[in-house]
Amino acid sequence: MTRALAALLVRDLKLAGRIGGSGALGLGFFVMLVTVVPFALGPDLNLLARIGPAILWLAAVLATLIGLDRLFQADEEDGSLDLLMHAEAPLELIVVVKGFAHWLTTGLPLALCAPFLGLLIALTPEAMLAVSATLLVGTPALTFIGGVGAALTATMRRGGLLLSVLVLPLMVPTLIFGVSAANAATGGTIPFLTPFLILIALSLLAIVIGTVAAAAALRHGS
Amino acid sequence: MRIVADNLACRRSERLIFANLSFTLADGQALVVTGRNGAGKSSLLAILAARLRPEAGNVRVEGAGEAPLTELVNFVGHRDGLKSALTAEENLAFARAILGRAALTPKEALARVGLEHAARLPVAYLSAGQRRRVGLARLFVSARPVWLLDEPTSALDAASQEALGVAMRDHLAAGGLIIAATHAPLGLDGAATLRIERPVLAADAGEAA
Repeated sequence: MTRALAALLVRDLKLAGRIGGSGALGLGFFVMLVTVVPFALGPDLNLLARIGPAILWLAAVLATLIGLDRLFQADEEDGSLDLLMHAEAPLELIVVVKGFAHWLTTGLPLALCAPFLGLLIALTPEAMLAVSATLLVGTPALTFIGGVGAALTATMRRGGLLLSVLVLPLMVPTLIFGVSAANAATGGTIPFLTPFLILIALSLLAIVIGTVAAAAALRHGS
Repeated sequence: MRIVADNLACRRSERLIFANLSFTLADGQALVVTGRNGAGKSSLLAILAARLRPEAGNVRVEGAGEAPLTELVNFVGHRDGLKSALTAEENLAFARAILGRAALTPKEALARVGLEHAARLPVAYLSAGQRRRVGLARLFVSARPVWLLDEPTSALDAASQEALGVAMRDHLAAGGLIIAATHAPLGLDGAATLRIERPVLAADAGEAA
């Protein structure tokens, strides 16, 4: 069973890296979005620094959404999902591994790349670190909440819009606590740890509930 | 082991595709499912592959221990389940790890379908028939006892069809089971045939009257 799950992780990472894979899509979108914000807002460094964490988090949410519809749909279209359903491992574990692979190629690069983009929007070093840390622990929630929508829309040809409408409201708590934790690190009345711990809790909750829900959706989806 | 299907019925979006379908299949036996286009051959295979819920009836496995049918079947359907960006060998290595009960290596399986030269090519570069053969090579990388085949001969040339026939006879001789939906003869002597006819619906009878 471990061999099957390891093979799935390796396959999904390979696919993300090959031509036509989704590896660079989310990151590219993230970089573009954050890069154009200073052009739109003008050179007001104080304003940029104040709304910087919010911009990075918003961009991260949208960048996660953009490639999410292919998470299960690509496997459904070419018949690989039949193979995954017949695996010796439980479907829930298959979903966890696929979600983890998706996070490794989408969420993790966003978190690692955030400090460099922080330079563009005049973030202080503490704020860069805080945004990066919140993205690191918060993006798993985005991936696994989105995974439920991806499983529900796996059999639809153009499920992208429906997927976004379904999961965006569920991502709002993660967005709120992610931004408030990042802001708390650079001053304010609440300690950094309070929203940060809630953010971690949201991620853990999303991994558990999202996995079970996505597996159930895939089982009933055909 | 035995596969027993009991009074299966299938409904897809309000339309009853078939009903009261029963069969029993034991070690070393093959079942060839026939019927006109749209009769529900693929739906029956999808039910057996646990990708579709039957409207009524059930499928059970006897004498296979704890393993559910999903862990006993090796399914080759319309969609070949191959990733275009990966090479033929990578695709088969993945199937081998996922399905378990490892049998032939990917290279040996490709040799068996006459595609050893294409092992390192991305599947996207292969023709329809070659893709089909890579898909069928999946049957050889895992020693799963039940082969579920949906139109296995489509896009295959005569030589490949012949080779598939040999492979299926070997599998049956080794005590395996095969359920195949097909229009073309598969060259399986002594295989049971299940012809799916459209059930007479009350609505149709009303229209005819």
